[in-house]
Amino acid sequence: MPLLEVEDLGVEFRRRGLEPFRAVDGVSFDVDPGQTVGLVGESGCGKSVTSLAIMRLLMPRGNRVTGRVSFDGTDLLRLPIRDMRDRRGRDLAMIFQDPLSSLNPVISIGLQVTEVLQRHRGMKQSAARAEARDLLDQVGIPDPDRRLKEYPHQLSGGMRQRALIAMAVACRPRLLIADEPTTALDVTIQAQILQLLGTLVRENGTALIMITHDLGVVAGLCDEVNVLYGGRIVERANRHELFATPQHPYTHGLLASIPRLDAPAGERLHPVQGSVSDNIPWTSACAFAPRCGNEVDRCRSASPELTAAPLGHGHQLRCFNPVLPDGAGVGATGGSAPVDSAGEAL
Amino acid sequence: MVGLTKKKERIDQLAASSATAVVDPTDVESSGGSILADAWRRLRVSPVFWIGAVIISVFVLIAIFADVIAPHDPGELLLRSQTRLARNQLAPPQPGFPLGGDQLGRDLFSRLVIGSRQTLLVGVFATLIGFTGGLILGTLAGAFGGKVDTVVMRLVDVLLSIPSLLLAISIAALFANPSQTSVIIAVSVVQIPVFARLLRGQMLAQRESDHVLAARALGVKRAPIVFRHMLPNSLSPVIVQATLVVAISIIDAAALSFLGLGSQSVKVPEWGQMLGEAQQKIDSYPHLAFWPAGCIIVVALGFTLLGESLREALDPKNRR
Repeated sequence: MPLLEVEDLGVEFRRRGLEPFRAVDGVSFDVDPGQTVGLVGESGCGKSVTSLAIMRLLMPRGNRVTGRVSFDGTDLLRLPIRDMRDRRGRDLAMIFQDPLSSLNPVISIGLQVTEVLQRHRGMKQSAARAEARDLLDQVGIPDPDRRLKEYPHQLSGGMRQRALIAMAVACRPRLLIADEPTTALDVTIQAQILQLLGTLVRENGTALIMITHDLGVVAGLCDEVNVLYGGRIVERANRHELFATPQHPYTHGLLASIPRLDAPAGERLHPVQGSVSDNIPWTSACAFAPRCGNEVDRCRSASPELTAAPLGHGHQLRCFNPVLPDGAGVGATGGSAPVDSAGEAL
Repeated sequence: MVGLTKKKERIDQLAASSATAVVDPTDVESSGGSILADAWRRLRVSPVFWIGAVIISVFVLIAIFADVIAPHDPGELLLRSQTRLARNQLAPPQPGFPLGGDQLGRDLFSRLVIGSRQTLLVGVFATLIGFTGGLILGTLAGAFGGKVDTVVMRLVDVLLSIPSLLLAISIAALFANPSQTSVIIAVSVVQIPVFARLLRGQMLAQRESDHVLAARALGVKRAPIVFRHMLPNSLSPVIVQATLVVAISIIDAAALSFLGLGSQSVKVPEWGQMLGEAQQKIDSYPHLAFWPAGCIIVVALGFTLLGESLREALDPKNRR
């Protein structure tokens, strides 16, 4: 049985005098214990909003969250907020993008870690202190006794993210949501942080939702990948299939946009044309149609459903005219290359 | 060959010496510690801060040791024999009476020295009361938001829409027996909305901040979120404001006393009251107004300079 079942999750932002904006629209996915699921997409596709909705961290005013988020059998969206608060940090925790701004600048690292331990594990100050020391040690912060007394601005970027991870895993949560945890870090630190997350997940059997726009991260860490576009899942596959046979034109474009070291010098980059602002509503069309190279007439008149993809096993797709490996010079080799390069980087 | 190794040795030595030179002991000291240590590092080199600090220290020391410094009892009419108002004659400065006597023949210098106490008292207490009131209202509005915020802030808007001195005068006039206490209350009530508004704005910004979101994601309860994560991060502009409010309170209190809404006691001198009494004879004896007014201005200036330098030191834009 999956640990987390997200069913038909929708988030609407109400806007004064305008139609409400659907940031997340009918998103469904499951996460098994010990599994790492990726949510991938560009800025504004709804990946962070999805995670905040699962944690119920969206401000109550002006938002409407619909659907079901079932965690171990309980619907989190219908839980009294007091109970939800007890679960946050204990059963499910979250790691954020910018480690500096996610730490309280005026209190010491030690106090921030012990705060969680005292809150959820009912530890006394001295016991929490010792445990915090062990946690910092576990996440690979050297000289933890000294770091406990220090303030966030005295730590390096990598250490700050490690401290945040220590706080998130302090109570051994069963589900961890990482919202672009490596975006603010440089490449070598990124690799270390991803490795640390991978180790924690393996050792504790924690389920991990990895939110990212970096396909290298996906290649290195995720078991299953959901590609989001305009608030809907447009393609879902396991990692190997997604990189070997990307079939949605958007996924395909994302993979093609990664610059390759073996490309001839002077070759132009291949961006996905246009921007999110070109989107058209999903209601009676495909939101990606204006930016799509594979557009057919139907794309503007009907909304595609998430159905089984023509290729692959358990591979799902929301597209009328998918990109197929044998068609129009689009080779499966082109798509699979990033797996190797990104995999090596880790 | 030998020359080359020698040269290499020299370079190594040079590298070693420059490496030690980089580690400046003051740098090591300042890198340890918090935001306060950081602010102090910048304050230490600010001339504005030192001028303000010296003025305030001198003023506070005078107020504390006023009894020792003042040569005479400020209420006794010691120089009455030399004072002839009908002939426009006041006691001139003389040994033991550096500034001479006032219109009743009391020692002007002693009155100024003892009067510093009242000024300090008003400045500090009015600020403390205003700060506390603003802290409570601002925290309520900023922490709860929604309806609480609306009610509190409309109240604050109403108070802010009345000119502050006018409001202080109206409040002081409510008291049947004007006294130093009524002055403090009148002056502090006027400052409450200023503090409340400032703090509320900071709290609202903190509420949306990443670290508060991160704390909420860890299940931290509401009270610690407000008091440990939001409030301490919202205080620095409020503290700066408090220093400036000391100066404003001193001036406002002097204005109330000048208008006769302050202490009516003849025994306890107060600068604003002295200024009010001097007003009637300002043509003949401008120095009677000059001294208390000068004291008020210098002390207010001291607190303003301190506040401005604090503001600069705590401004995150100046960090690093």
